[in-house]
Amino acid sequence: MPARDILVYPDERLKYESMEVESFDDELQEFIMDLEASRCAGPGAVGIAAPQVGRLQRIVIVDVSAMRKSVPNHGHLVLINPVIAEWEGHEIGREGCLSVPDFTGNVIRAQRIRLQAQDPHGELCEFEMQGFEARAVQHEIDHLDGLLFLDRVVSRRTDIFRRKVYKK
Amino acid sequence: MSQWYMLTLVGQDRPGIVSQLTQVLYEAGCNLGEASMIRLAGNFTTMLMVHSALPQRDLESLLKPLADRLDVRLHVDAIAGSLHDHPASDVRITVYGADRAGIVARVTSALAEAGFNILDLESTVGGNEQSPIYMMYIEGQAAQGLDELRDAVRPLADEDIDITIEAVDIMVG
Ligand SMILES: [Zn+2]
Repeated sequence: MPARDILVYPDERLKYESMEVESFDDELQEFIMDLEASRCAGPGAVGIAAPQVGRLQRIVIVDVSAMRKSVPNHGHLVLINPVIAEWEGHEIGREGCLSVPDFTGNVIRAQRIRLQAQDPHGELCEFEMQGFEARAVQHEIDHLDGLLFLDRVVSRRTDIFRRKVYKK
Repeated sequence: MSQWYMLTLVGQDRPGIVSQLTQVLYEAGCNLGEASMIRLAGNFTTMLMVHSALPQRDLESLLKPLADRLDVRLHVDAIAGSLHDHPASDVRITVYGADRAGIVARVTSALAEAGFNILDLESTVGGNEQSPIYMMYIEGQAAQGLDELRDAVRPLADEDIDITIEAVDIMVG
């Protein structure tokens, strides 16, 4: 399972909308293995989306289970045709992207989401997610819609003193 | 041979400083790198990386008429360094308190002793003349970890300086 080359901005394929996956065949399973190898080849990536290796289909992988500081998670997830059914709350967090090297920025994302997707064999599944994992999924689904986190970066200055507001 | 310069500009704020400066540099075949530009009180300040084949003296004489016309002070230094070299911050620190002499020195000394390296610092004074509030936002790297930093700044809380230290977790995907 060879890691594929990661497309980097301004490659225009990163700006295209990806298509639904319709056939859950062996070729898909092989591609998923390649996609995972590509994620692991990058520096510390917790997620990757198919268009980042030039395949314009709605396939993402997210795995935040190996974070330095542990966060709520559902382990290693392969999400096919993922859809966010519900959103709740919002928070600012720092993001980077395999397709945008040497840059990080603050992005506002929903704090909690309810996610519907299919697994690699087409079975429907549903997840309640929060925080870091929910952020990763939103970042990857953006890739499927031709959006980069650059489209959502907010100023670092707006970050000042937000904690007191959001502290539980 | 081209090389990087750091161009520093300070002067009374007025519309058009950035556009006129960058137009002159563009016409002289310079490339721009990273920059920090901000209005501090009534002054517009700029730190700008400029890549140019011109010797320093020629770059200075090129910019002299512009500096005179805009009534700003302008300074050029040859620098070592390059683009695509951003160390990622792993800690963010916010500080606020009643403004008084020494607050920045107290806070940054405590942080430095606990192994903190500042990569980015922004500060301002809010409130009013009777009750100025000093606010500071810092990002950087904590060589010895967050607990060290928190211990180091704990004594400052007794002086009514409010300090929050948080990890910056970067989600890469
Ligand atoms: Zn990305």
